[in-house]
Amino acid sequence: MAKIQLNGRKLELNSKYSISSLLKKYKINDKKIAVELNGKIISRNKYKLIYIKNKDKIEIVHFIGGG
Amino acid sequence: MKKDIFKVGNQILKSRLIVGTGKYKNFKETAEAVKASGASMVTVAVRRVNILDKKKPLLTNFLNPKTIKYLPNTAGCFNANESLRTLRLAREMGGWKMVKLEVLGDKKTLYPDMIETLKATKVLVKEGFKVLVYCSDDPLLAKELEYLGASAVMPLASPIGSGQGIQNKINLSMIIKNAKIPIIIDAGIGTASDATVSMELGCDGVLVNSAIAKAKNPVLMAESFKNAVISGRQSFLAGRMEKLNFANASSPLKGLI
Repeated sequence: MAKIQLNGRKLELNSKYSISSLLKKYKINDKKIAVELNGKIISRNKYKLIYIKNKDKIEIVHFIGGG
Repeated sequence: MKKDIFKVGNQILKSRLIVGTGKYKNFKETAEAVKASGASMVTVAVRRVNILDKKKPLLTNFLNPKTIKYLPNTAGCFNANESLRTLRLAREMGGWKMVKLEVLGDKKTLYPDMIETLKATKVLVKEGFKVLVYCSDDPLLAKELEYLGASAVMPLASPIGSGQGIQNKINLSMIIKNAKIPIIIDAGIGTASDATVSMELGCDGVLVNSAIAKAKNPVLMAESFKNAVISGRQSFLAGRMEKLNFANASSPLKGLI
């Protein structure tokens, strides 16, 4: 089990998740976002390779309207 | 006459009007206003995905980044590091190299923090970004941004979202005359005539958000801005008449009965 922080929200993941499977769980299109793991940007081709660990801080961002 | 081309960084933009995509009722209205404005580039913000709301509409579904250029901004960032983090994420998202840097110094005025802005500009240029920089209307700092390698300098007309129009024509004119890179007037434009006056001052482009989004009819206002910018640019290129202190009759006196 991993206790993580996702977009500022505390979560517990029961099974092992890669970034890719975490995105699938939340139905997020991986082509329209960027992911930061513990302050480091993760490139898209590594989503399947990196697994989420206890105490990880993840940020998933996208574009919204802005000036 | 030579073709009038608007080039920023390595991009040729069809319109000298760049529009923001914030403050609209919904994405449908945003898309309609952008279309009516004729803009080929829009600013967008980077924010957290709402992980709990799976049905939330996406901006990219209404404004296709393949047909309209996205200019990611750093709105809401109050220091160089926050803005660098935001723009690096934006680049990761879609390879955007052309970005708008906006480092704010104060929540009430949203006035740019120029010390942090200069710092961030330096780093972004080094990292290969094409940076369009929101800045104060200080002619020396605008020139400094050019020296640092900014692709365009974007001085404010008046505070962000205030709709107060151009408050310091003299400074803006000095910035424009001194610059070798495009000057885009950003922030504070309230109505179409402000955009025309900006273009008549000789700036290269105008960035407008609130004046369109907060108009009673945003789509119509967007079209009005499109015409205003074209009109102002043509007027600048045509070269205005000399101002005289006294009247000068338009009809000839010869042959007067």
